[in-house]
Amino acid sequence: MTASATSPGAHAPASRRLRLPFSAWSMAAVVTALVLALPVLVIFGHVFIPAGEVWEHLRQTVLADYVTNSLVLLVGVGIGVLLIGVPVAWLVSMCEFPGRSVFQWALMLPLAMPAYIIAYTYTGILDFSGPVQGLIRELTGLGYGEYWFPEIRSLGGAMVMLLLVLYPYVYLLSRAAFLEQSVCVLEVSRTLGAGPWEGFRRVALPLARPAIIAGLTLALMEVLADYGTVAYFGVSTFTTGVFRTWYGLGDPAAAAQLSAVLLSFVFVLILLERWSRAKARFHHTSRRYSTLPRYRLRGWKAAGAFFACLLPILLGFLIPTLQLGIWAVQTTDQWMNPRFAGLVFNTFWLAIAAAIIAVGLALVLAYAQRMEGGRVTRVAVRIAGMGYAVPGTVIAIGIMIPFAAFDNALDAFMRDTFGVSTGLLLSGTVFALLFAYAVRFLAVSLQTVEAGLGKIQPSMDDAARSLGLHPLKTLWQVHMPIMRGTLLTALLLVFVDVLKELPATLILRPFDFNTLAVRAFELAGDERLPESSSAALAIVLVGLVPVILLSMTIGRSRPGQGAGQEDATDEDPGRRPRSRPLAVPAGTAVNPSADDPQDR
Amino acid sequence: MRALLPRPLIWTLAAMAATTASLPLTGCSPGAETEEVNLYSARQENLIAPLLEQFTDETGIEVNLVTGSADALLQRLRQEGRNSPADVFITVDAGRLHQAHAAGVLQAIESETLEDNIPERYRDPDGEWFGLSMRARPIMYHRDRVDPAELSTYEALTDEQWEGRICIRSSDNVYNQSLVASMIASEGADAAQAWVDGLVPNLARRPQGGDRDQIRALADGVCDVAVANTYYLGLMLEGDGRDRDVAEQIGVFWPNQDDRGTHVNVSGAGVTAHAPNRDNAIRLIEYLSSAEAQEWYAEANQEYPIRDDVPTSEILADLGDFISDDIDLYVLGKNNAEAVRIMDRGGWR
Amino acid sequence: MQVPHTPLLDLDHVDIGYDGRAVVHDATLQLPEGQIGCLLGPSGCGKTTLLRAIAGFEPVMRGQVRMHGETVSEPGYTVPPERRGVGMVFQDFALFPHLSVGDNLRFGIRHWSRAAQDERVRQLLRLVGLIGYEPAYPHALSGGQQQRVALARALAPRPGLLLLDEPFSSMDVELRGGLAREVRQILRAENTTAILVTHDQNEAFAFADRVAVIHEGRIAQLDSAYNLYHRPANRFVADFIGEGTLIPGMVEPGHQVDTALGHLQGPLSEDLPPGTAVDVLVRPDDIAIDNEQGEVRTEVLDKAFRGADFLYTLRLPDGLSVLCMAPSHDNFVIGEHVRLRLDFSHLVVFSRESGVDCPAG
Repeated sequence: MTASATSPGAHAPASRRLRLPFSAWSMAAVVTALVLALPVLVIFGHVFIPAGEVWEHLRQTVLADYVTNSLVLLVGVGIGVLLIGVPVAWLVSMCEFPGRSVFQWALMLPLAMPAYIIAYTYTGILDFSGPVQGLIRELTGLGYGEYWFPEIRSLGGAMVMLLLVLYPYVYLLSRAAFLEQSVCVLEVSRTLGAGPWEGFRRVALPLARPAIIAGLTLALMEVLADYGTVAYFGVSTFTTGVFRTWYGLGDPAAAAQLSAVLLSFVFVLILLERWSRAKARFHHTSRRYSTLPRYRLRGWKAAGAFFACLLPILLGFLIPTLQLGIWAVQTTDQWMNPRFAGLVFNTFWLAIAAAIIAVGLALVLAYAQRMEGGRVTRVAVRIAGMGYAVPGTVIAIGIMIPFAAFDNALDAFMRDTFGVSTGLLLSGTVFALLFAYAVRFLAVSLQTVEAGLGKIQPSMDDAARSLGLHPLKTLWQVHMPIMRGTLLTALLLVFVDVLKELPATLILRPFDFNTLAVRAFELAGDERLPESSSAALAIVLVGLVPVILLSMTIGRSRPGQGAGQEDATDEDPGRRPRSRPLAVPAGTAVNPSADDPQDR
Repeated sequence: MRALLPRPLIWTLAAMAATTASLPLTGCSPGAETEEVNLYSARQENLIAPLLEQFTDETGIEVNLVTGSADALLQRLRQEGRNSPADVFITVDAGRLHQAHAAGVLQAIESETLEDNIPERYRDPDGEWFGLSMRARPIMYHRDRVDPAELSTYEALTDEQWEGRICIRSSDNVYNQSLVASMIASEGADAAQAWVDGLVPNLARRPQGGDRDQIRALADGVCDVAVANTYYLGLMLEGDGRDRDVAEQIGVFWPNQDDRGTHVNVSGAGVTAHAPNRDNAIRLIEYLSSAEAQEWYAEANQEYPIRDDVPTSEILADLGDFISDDIDLYVLGKNNAEAVRIMDRGGWR
Repeated sequence: MQVPHTPLLDLDHVDIGYDGRAVVHDATLQLPEGQIGCLLGPSGCGKTTLLRAIAGFEPVMRGQVRMHGETVSEPGYTVPPERRGVGMVFQDFALFPHLSVGDNLRFGIRHWSRAAQDERVRQLLRLVGLIGYEPAYPHALSGGQQQRVALARALAPRPGLLLLDEPFSSMDVELRGGLAREVRQILRAENTTAILVTHDQNEAFAFADRVAVIHEGRIAQLDSAYNLYHRPANRFVADFIGEGTLIPGMVEPGHQVDTALGHLQGPLSEDLPPGTAVDVLVRPDDIAIDNEQGEVRTEVLDKAFRGADFLYTLRLPDGLSVLCMAPSHDNFVIGEHVRLRLDFSHLVVFSRESGVDCPAG
């Protein structure tokens, strides 16, 4: 779609072109966005089928539960991921304490842990029959109901499970933001007498706010889309309600209407995020960077920072992984075979392909928006990004319907005209699956890519174009290399999400096409946790490699440091900033009136 | 200008190309030469794959499998219409088989083998679907805390004496939906509503977890009686370690033996309406109903074989014989939505 | 304004705007090859918009932009920047952070042969005084160095026209004048036609052959620096360019204007009939302190030391103030009474009927 996008001005000056209401770029964006929005729109299409009586039933019985549970879950997880993600990001970016260089990547590990897996695992550990409570009973001699122990399978439990695996979104994006903050701004705050805490609260935090909110939005959209965890814990949310209404009550129209309500939650989230970003659109005021000298923490402060960082890793990764590992050792027959290796390979390539597609599409959309920020483009891009909060099954059905309709229509046409049957061209293919991933995870790549593009001054585009590069080449030669770290982040996020993705894969996959998530879920869903552990563990391990890779890249991604001329000084704790020629920082605004020679 | 093309992007492109080349891009992988049959199965892969391999070994017919939730697979069948590659649709409850029948995605088949192997009440009168294995949903109790003489029927679980003593999973689960659906069929909607209304206040805890979790909760003293499927208990008894210790503390009570019988459900299969490999599809279902396959169901899955001439597993046999509710199973599908409403109204989450 | 040959750049009654609202109105100007022009005006006057339209970043709503006689912009048609052969230097330099200085310079000449690229890069680095910096990355350079790299990068493809968007605004005030002259020399050396956008008139005068003063989206005057100062076409230019005061007066017969400074004598900038109420522009160098021959008694209100001279603010008997430049060897104190000698070679007058009150001195 982009080939045509490069054509403005390809004509000789003599040819007169009519100005279209949309430029090629916004056309490309709108078409891409519409195609990606198709599943969501198909689901929305059901909204107009009347389903009044079922609604009355829902309103009288379960709707209040759906609303309150979903809201409580959103608020709880939201607060939780902020309270974990932002402070640890600040600690590892700006402070020096024992273990920091390990924590800075280890804090991302829970990202590789599917929420339903951690839920199953913790249930195994913490529920009444599990080893922890068993030990308590053995030690105290008390029985059921005679001592207090938090109920893991509850709304609160679901909240904790989700925030343990979702905080890395906030951590990841806010850490990147902290690292990218110009050293001048932070140094200024120090010269103004702001200590570490003040500098955090009054300078770094407000500057990083767009990134933090972007991470929060991603986490909350995942919360809305989650089915596995809440269903297992018996918490009725909008998502479980959609399934119950569709399948249990056999009413797709009412289910679609519930989905529409769900999407309105998302819309509010997106608006909130837009609003926050619009209020604070920061380009860097200075392009001079150096390695930030970190605050060196000692004594109890260092210990506090150490445990603050250790705890989320311990709970969100180490304990569940250990449990999975123990189970996997007990069930070697599940994974010690070539078929399992094939499964790992299959999943790996699928996730890589999906990540590249999702990031590629996000680049097209975000760049088009940058080029032509028209309202139509903006709205289209927003709608295309909504798929992230829609449960995978709903997306899958939204894809299945138009794909099968297309296949069947084409087939009917070919049969009638040529007497050949084309069969199903799209349905049940890897293409359909990749499309589903693109729809589902576009928001992830889009958020990240938009944030990255936003940090590149618009004059970069102009400079490249004035040097003879058309927009597409500018994207390729200027923006993409500059935002290499951002692109890698986006790739990783989608990659890990696809590794974990279950419901859409389950429904849309071709014959005999398995992924690790499918394997893990089928076994876990059958309450065979030990047998499922090897697949779950493999998801975690496969996800681990890029997580570590990414972390190392981000560590080096402070602008100017990624270009390869400087070593990875980020890993070197006590290093002082390099001395630089003293000059006025570029871009520091000089008040135009200050030297205005007028005699007013 | 050597620095203009960043290396990661080159790698990325290379990876993309490699990926495209390595993934199967079409739905049906094997060529048209080999005999094959395509299966949409709501039964999980590990619970059916050994049988399918056996089938391939015996017949030379390759089986291509997609597993998933019955509802989603049914949706896929409907959308794909006459071009659907699926030949056989397998579900683990009769309700969904009925829904598939009603949606017109199955076709009637006539097979003497199937009619001989499968008792009439476990197959569709029109021949559109056939039961393949059976499971019961009895009351389970903790041997130390409950005297089986206290138990009688599902309905009696609403008595005051059970207040705070019952465990059962969420009403999202199709087994519970089918149970209520069966009550609607036998006793009417009002009686079913009264049952749900009476059961909910007696629950020991908010419905949560799966059937095994209810059984574990019995052993842990969270509750005294539970309603769960037999094969879960069977698999726990067959297993080792803690699960067996737990299961050994549990007794099974067959409710409603004096009236309609204990609620049962079947897993089953049907040939799809536009099956491209119809003959192979019939052969596969016939194979699944063979004595050999039925024995596997019994031993490996701890389900009741559908055939009278195949013995149940020793573990299940130890649970005792029982009278099963012999309503027409398709009714479960018909009453499903009504059952969900009743449970919604009764506050069964 | 008339140029003998086809001008390199020709703006013909151009309107530019967003969402149907014009930001620049009726801009007409020509720039002959080899000349350096300047768009001068206060922030938000539309000068940058005009520059971006010339570069092709903004479409025009009305009129035409022609380069070398060929239309490059008109309503509904815009040749994109990458096809205009126009170089641009940005306020924030916009150096590509992922590329070394050398690769930044090569960016616009990537299709040249390797040898030609190397030669051009060497030449440019010599020109901007950055020999040896080829492998350095932008973030390691000082602001002034970055500025020169940005200039060299824009010059590399030998653009027909170079546009500079407030390129000195982030520099130290002391550096600006020097840099502006330096850049001018570089442009002369390359024989480049260029347009500078700035809000700083000293920069404009140091840099440009012709300056267009922009006011509220319109070209208020297009002229040489000398004429802008001495022959401002309207009140805005009179006020914006240089220092000075407008004092009220009345036209009298015989090239005279009666003001608080007395009867001013000289050719009038506008042929106004006697009896017209006017404002007369009084530049600080139009009057001189001369206690011996001066006729007008004034009081020193304020003074600013400027090295070679003082800029005095003087109060006239009727309460008006004027600015006066005086050599700094005489040091009058505030409150002291001094006498003024008039030294007008011509009188810049604006009729009061059309205008509003002059700005207070």
